[in-house]
Amino acid sequence: MKRVVNRGIKPLLFLFSLAPFFWCLSEVLLLVNGQPHSLGADPGKEIVHFNGQWALRFLILTLMVTPLRQLLAWSFLTRVRRMLGLFAFFYATLHVVSYAVFLLELQFVEIVADVIKRPYITVGFAAFILLIPLALTSNQWMIGRLRQRWRKLHKLVYLISVLVIIHFAWLTKSDYEEVIIYGLVVVLLLGFRLFRSGWLAQNFPVFTGRNAPG
Amino acid sequence: MNRINNICRLPSSEITDEAVFNSRRRFLRAACMASAASVIPALPAQETSKGHVLRYEGEMSYAQLPPRWMAGKLSQARQGKFSTREDATPWEYVTGYNNFYEFGTAKEDPAEHAADFNSDPWSVEISGEAEVTGKITLEDMLKPHDLEERIYRLRCVEAWSMVVPWIGFPLVDLIKRFRPTSAAKFVRFETLYDPKQMPGQRSRFSSIDYPYVEGLRMDEAVNELAFIAVGVYGNSLPPQNGAPLRLVVPWKYGFKSIKSIAKISFTKKRPKTTWEKAGPREYGFYANVNPSVDHPRWSQATERRLPSSLFSPNRIETIAFNGYGPQVAHLYSNMDLKRYF
Repeated sequence: MKRVVNRGIKPLLFLFSLAPFFWCLSEVLLLVNGQPHSLGADPGKEIVHFNGQWALRFLILTLMVTPLRQLLAWSFLTRVRRMLGLFAFFYATLHVVSYAVFLLELQFVEIVADVIKRPYITVGFAAFILLIPLALTSNQWMIGRLRQRWRKLHKLVYLISVLVIIHFAWLTKSDYEEVIIYGLVVVLLLGFRLFRSGWLAQNFPVFTGRNAPG
Repeated sequence: MNRINNICRLPSSEITDEAVFNSRRRFLRAACMASAASVIPALPAQETSKGHVLRYEGEMSYAQLPPRWMAGKLSQARQGKFSTREDATPWEYVTGYNNFYEFGTAKEDPAEHAADFNSDPWSVEISGEAEVTGKITLEDMLKPHDLEERIYRLRCVEAWSMVVPWIGFPLVDLIKRFRPTSAAKFVRFETLYDPKQMPGQRSRFSSIDYPYVEGLRMDEAVNELAFIAVGVYGNSLPPQNGAPLRLVVPWKYGFKSIKSIAKISFTKKRPKTTWEKAGPREYGFYANVNPSVDHPRWSQATERRLPSSLFSPNRIETIAFNGYGPQVAHLYSNMDLKRYF
């Protein structure tokens, strides 16, 4: 049973992770063929938002791997972390590309103007740029070559998560429910790491219930 | 491509032939009698209209047919002035893509969650600096007015726009009946407050204080363009469009066109509007459509005319006052519109 789980989990997860993409693709095909679809009156915006949401969800799933592994000793999770991270990058790329193509019609000047003038786009774009080196180094060869530096580089995911939440909060008009939930989850996941790394214990002894050192 | 200059006459195939229209009406009436719902009165034998209003003849998903007196008034609506010649946005988008946060914040939410909204009976409370105040039923409110069609552009602050064939009557004609005094400088409107029917009003994480409040300066309210709409596409307003009556001020961003009006009052001081309170840096009281004043987070120089397709999002230039400058620009000749956004 364990063997089945171990061997089957990656392909299964791969298929499930592609499901949102295939749903979106099928809606687009319906749309361009003049069939009824569920993308609404402004399909470009809907697609951009859809891809952004899934990028954030995969980012959170990626961040959940280590805490779950440490809490539940589910060692098989480490093998899926890279896949989850790359899917976050996949959907983030789709998000940026669909924004440039559908909303700004690949007008380069407009895109640059947006990135410079609109703070929420600046932050979002920064998060995306930071994801690129992480995606490029997500293979065995790079891990072997960079070693210690690989670990340091991939700690950037924490900054990226915070930037993504700020990006999302900044584009929310009035209903903050969704971004608050995502924000709390990210804070929890990052807080867990701080707690585990002893950083909290060193700097905020009140959390450990022991006296401050020295 | 600038579509504002595109003079599009409605193709005659879209205008329901009178004989067909009458026969459909008789069928609908028979069907209604069979289902014991309200009876739509038969049309007079001779329809002497100058022009047909745009009327949606397809299936409608909302359960409520308009009350008999309303159906009668709607059937007599005529084409009014100030209608644009641009193509009207198709019915399914006008009634399926809405910002009505009282029913949820996704664009499809209002159509989905407002289906059972009860807009009959309805009355509006009139108060404030006026000689005639008190509660007036919708039927009494509409009685003296002839309904007309106005095909107005609607420009949302989110930078999308539609062209909507409203049915209603001028706001000034309504205001005159209440005889506001000289102390009345503003008109204040309020949407119904009913958290049982409007789930969005129960939301804990919304920056919006319900009930929804909007307002106009008196000279804006009596401008010939300000419109009370009780119908769209020849039928009564679906709940998601603000049943049973709403305001339409086409030269301002859409959030000024308050829906499901339950209270109207005449005030001395400028009312604090809902979006002003929720985002004072982003949403002002005047909210005139203005391509040269950006929203802090996005540009207002262009808009997406919906429905947009994927590879041609139908971006068009936004025009000052949504193209209604000739009728309203004079109201703001002494105002710095960058300051009073």
